[in-house]
Amino acid sequence: MSLKKSAKIRVICVICVLFWHSPYAQLDTTKVYEINEITITFTQQREIIPAQRLSGEELHRLSSHSVADAIRYFSGIQIKDFGGIGGLKTVDIRSMGTNHVGVFYDGIQLGNAQNGQIDLGKFSLDNIEEIALYNGQKSEIFQPAKDFGSAGAIYLQTRRPTFEEAQKFNIRALFRTGSFGLANPSILWEQKITKSLSSSFNAEYIYATGKYKFRYRRVLPDGMVAYDTTAVRQNGDIQAVRLEGGLFGHTQKINWNAKVYFYNSERGIPGAIINNVWKHSQRQWDRNFFTQASLTTPIHRRYELLARFKYANDYMRYLNSDTTLMYIDNNFTQQEIYTCFANKVKVFKSWDISLATDFQWNMLQANLRNFAQPQRYTTLVALATAFDIWRIKTQASILSTFIHDKVAKPTSSHSNNHEFTPAVIFSCKPLKKEEFYINAFYKRAFRMPTFNDLYYTDIGNAALQPEYVTQYNLGLQYAKSLKKGILENLTLKTDAYYNEVTNKIIAIPKGSGQFRWMMMNIGFVKIRGIDAMAQLNWKFPYDIRLQTHINYTYQKAQDFSDPTDNDAVAGTYRGQIAYIPWHNGSFTLQFSYKTYNLNYCFIYVGERYHNSANIRANHEQPWYTHDLSLGKTFCFKKWNFKVSAEINNIFNQQYEVVLNYPMPGTNFRVILKFEI
Amino acid sequence: MKVNCIFLALLIAFCFTSCRKDPEIFLHEEVPVTHPQFISIQGFYLLNEGNMGQNKSTLDYFDYEEGVYYRNIYGEANPSVPKELGDVGNDLAIYGNKLYAVINCSNKIEVMDAKTAERIGQIDIPNCRYITFYNGFAYVTSYAGPVTIDPDYQQIGYIAKIDTTSLQILDKCLVGLQPDGLAIANGKIYVANSGGYLSPNYENTVSVIDAASFKEIKQIKVAVNLHRVCADKNGNIWVNTRGDYFNTSSKLYCIDSKTDQLTDSINIAVSNFHLDDDRLYIIGVKWNYETMSNEINYGIVDVVSKQIITKKFITDGTDINIKTPYGIIVNPITKDIYVTDVKNYISPGTLYCFDKNGKQKWNVSTGDIPAHIAFIGKYKSNF
Repeated sequence: MSLKKSAKIRVICVICVLFWHSPYAQLDTTKVYEINEITITFTQQREIIPAQRLSGEELHRLSSHSVADAIRYFSGIQIKDFGGIGGLKTVDIRSMGTNHVGVFYDGIQLGNAQNGQIDLGKFSLDNIEEIALYNGQKSEIFQPAKDFGSAGAIYLQTRRPTFEEAQKFNIRALFRTGSFGLANPSILWEQKITKSLSSSFNAEYIYATGKYKFRYRRVLPDGMVAYDTTAVRQNGDIQAVRLEGGLFGHTQKINWNAKVYFYNSERGIPGAIINNVWKHSQRQWDRNFFTQASLTTPIHRRYELLARFKYANDYMRYLNSDTTLMYIDNNFTQQEIYTCFANKVKVFKSWDISLATDFQWNMLQANLRNFAQPQRYTTLVALATAFDIWRIKTQASILSTFIHDKVAKPTSSHSNNHEFTPAVIFSCKPLKKEEFYINAFYKRAFRMPTFNDLYYTDIGNAALQPEYVTQYNLGLQYAKSLKKGILENLTLKTDAYYNEVTNKIIAIPKGSGQFRWMMMNIGFVKIRGIDAMAQLNWKFPYDIRLQTHINYTYQKAQDFSDPTDNDAVAGTYRGQIAYIPWHNGSFTLQFSYKTYNLNYCFIYVGERYHNSANIRANHEQPWYTHDLSLGKTFCFKKWNFKVSAEINNIFNQQYEVVLNYPMPGTNFRVILKFEI
Repeated sequence: MKVNCIFLALLIAFCFTSCRKDPEIFLHEEVPVTHPQFISIQGFYLLNEGNMGQNKSTLDYFDYEEGVYYRNIYGEANPSVPKELGDVGNDLAIYGNKLYAVINCSNKIEVMDAKTAERIGQIDIPNCRYITFYNGFAYVTSYAGPVTIDPDYQQIGYIAKIDTTSLQILDKCLVGLQPDGLAIANGKIYVANSGGYLSPNYENTVSVIDAASFKEIKQIKVAVNLHRVCADKNGNIWVNTRGDYFNTSSKLYCIDSKTDQLTDSINIAVSNFHLDDDRLYIIGVKWNYETMSNEINYGIVDVVSKQIITKKFITDGTDINIKTPYGIIVNPITKDIYVTDVKNYISPGTLYCFDKNGKQKWNVSTGDIPAHIAFIGKYKSNF
């Protein structure tokens, strides 16, 4: 990013800040140097514990195909990756479980009432400008009630149009190709309609055969090869179209945007590689549509209003056409309506109170026998306050959630749930002249059983209670900008935390017969962890810049569900839960020199077990990958071209994130970008 | 003259041989009367099923002489087999010198040397379920029948006939929907059709196949969702139903193989059983929607009187340690009872050994979902 552009953006930022009558916002946070298009978003004024963020160029240089790939560079998270471009990728924050992660797209949560999981592999980075990860909740109070509801949250912010002086439109075209038979064109067109209204349209197409070589090799204790076999991953193909359109308006009084999102895909489900079965034929079709709008307005000097609306319609079809197995052709349709009104009152200069009320309706239809056709009505009310005194900032919130489920089948009765979940956030800057902060938060959250947990024919248990998470976090953060020397600035951050997951919903065997399950609230997990992060920005002579970023996570996530299963060898009690490594981390180097940039990324995930019984049969080896990319920008009149080439998993490590789902070895990607 | 002499000698020799034999000693005659019985047992193999998609079906071995339990022996015996034994072991049996492991999701029957567990070969049968043997042939049930173009297409299963010498599939016979257990009596094969893919509209018949012609000769209507089958020495066929898990509960049924009529039903929940002499040892696990927990019984049925002898063969109270009993077998010589506990299906299970009075002798940690046991030993002394 050129200096000129960032300066301009900073100006926009200040304007926004003034617009919101909150002159202190951002000014004393540590991320001034990070400022770019993203910080214009109107929801960060009171954020007292900064999020982990990846944005702008930094984000796009991380050899990442999807949002899931980029999230690997955050600390405290685990990605469950089934491999390949079309494979399912879900995220777990601080070992609390995928269902506790809220994923917000342009400020509004993406829902999946059916199974509560968001496949982040489906979200392309093409139009994403920033990814932010919050532990607990976003530490600001002027936000929808839903934002107070998750135990951890990922905010995906798409690009908002900004225009250079006298520029009426921006056009950007991208083409990505490489391994896995990838062809991935996209186009972005942003138009300035009037001074206060602009539009954006983005389209992307992905095609990939999803084929890649993988290898299984085992050796005998003396080092001799037992077996060594290489095969090609089959049925991992994908074809997807994404269309997004948005309108962005701002006047003196009102700031609003509205968008439409459409995604349509067909993919193969590559399946587990097991003895004698190296190929599967299951298919999946997805069609996701949503439209959403957001509006914020300062009605009075002391009173602000925020309103949001969303309608979503998701269709999924799963086909197993392999007649040697159970023939399945299921389809599921989900709908969601969501509205939100949030109000904030400035009582004094340093005391804000907000009240947010959300209403949400979900429904799920399926062509399954005896299906309950559930509907869910959720009302959320959040009362929050922020109070600043001396160099201490505090926030407290209480969220009241009322859930009413209605089912078509008379066999299951209607159920109601009413929960209160509080959160307290604290931040202190003990030294006046140093950007040193002590942060702490306590938060209790819950997740409702999903429609599958409750009503899935046969397995569902309509009597399920919510699953709770309690989090305690203590963090330190230090940032310094240096005037002299080659080190421009540095940020150091560390957090220690303790989480408890109680009433955890897990499947237990039911009755006679094979693989019949019942969902029950019997799990209990304790998680102790440390996240550490360091970011250093260097400026060398000859205009060489270097950004280094290190992340490290330690987690001890123990399964306390069944005290009787305490066999010294094979017991699950006190064992590390499935797929959570004790150690993991990442390291990135981003060089830039004039129009060149060179990036190196290293990811390490330590040894894990795929079951709470931490025995050798369940052991999973550590894996680590090295990725390298090189980019060059060309300018021709007003046109910008960029060519980048990536080589990922340089040392061709053959690894698995999930048992029997082999990951790709060395793979390549070339990206051509054109901008006006 | 010379020629005449030779001719005469041959004639004399012919007369001697054709007219009268040297009296032979008596050689024994073989008449199959009942199933072979062990005279000594040296150990048993245990097949762990492993959860679907995990490729964690493993083979364990217990040696009586040493008193040692060997966990996970397949990989060492067969280091060059890629991805080891496979996914979801569904049945295990020894016939002759061979050990047969039916690996359901790996679509094969792994054939091993019964003494060493070294691989001999595999028989490819998609979605294979259970195995039994008769007169040198193996019979295997499979869910994977032919595909027909039909709007109300139902997946008819079959039973395959396999030559145990060449390991080739000789013939297939279509039966009902999703056939599971099978047993042989009076020259007929009895197959339990479950219809498990049609839940809640299960299949409810036992197919009867003439072993000689290998054709289905009858379907006997029994009850919904049939599961396992065994034949007792009086020619009775015992079948259990899983029930439909809601209104119809699991039960035990008896078919007379002489008349092929359903003769008795015994009201006991049965999820697995094992026949030893005249005693049918039963594990019954029944989900109770009121208490949201499993109700478990450990029953014995006398197959002659057709009465329940007990519903609690574990007598020392140690059954409270067993969370989800799954596999059951009885040592035919010592009458020790083996019960496997699969716990939550995803973590390692436990094998429990009880003596004939139902007192726990020992227990050992197994692989995931310990389920099927086959004894190895001597049937008869060499004479």
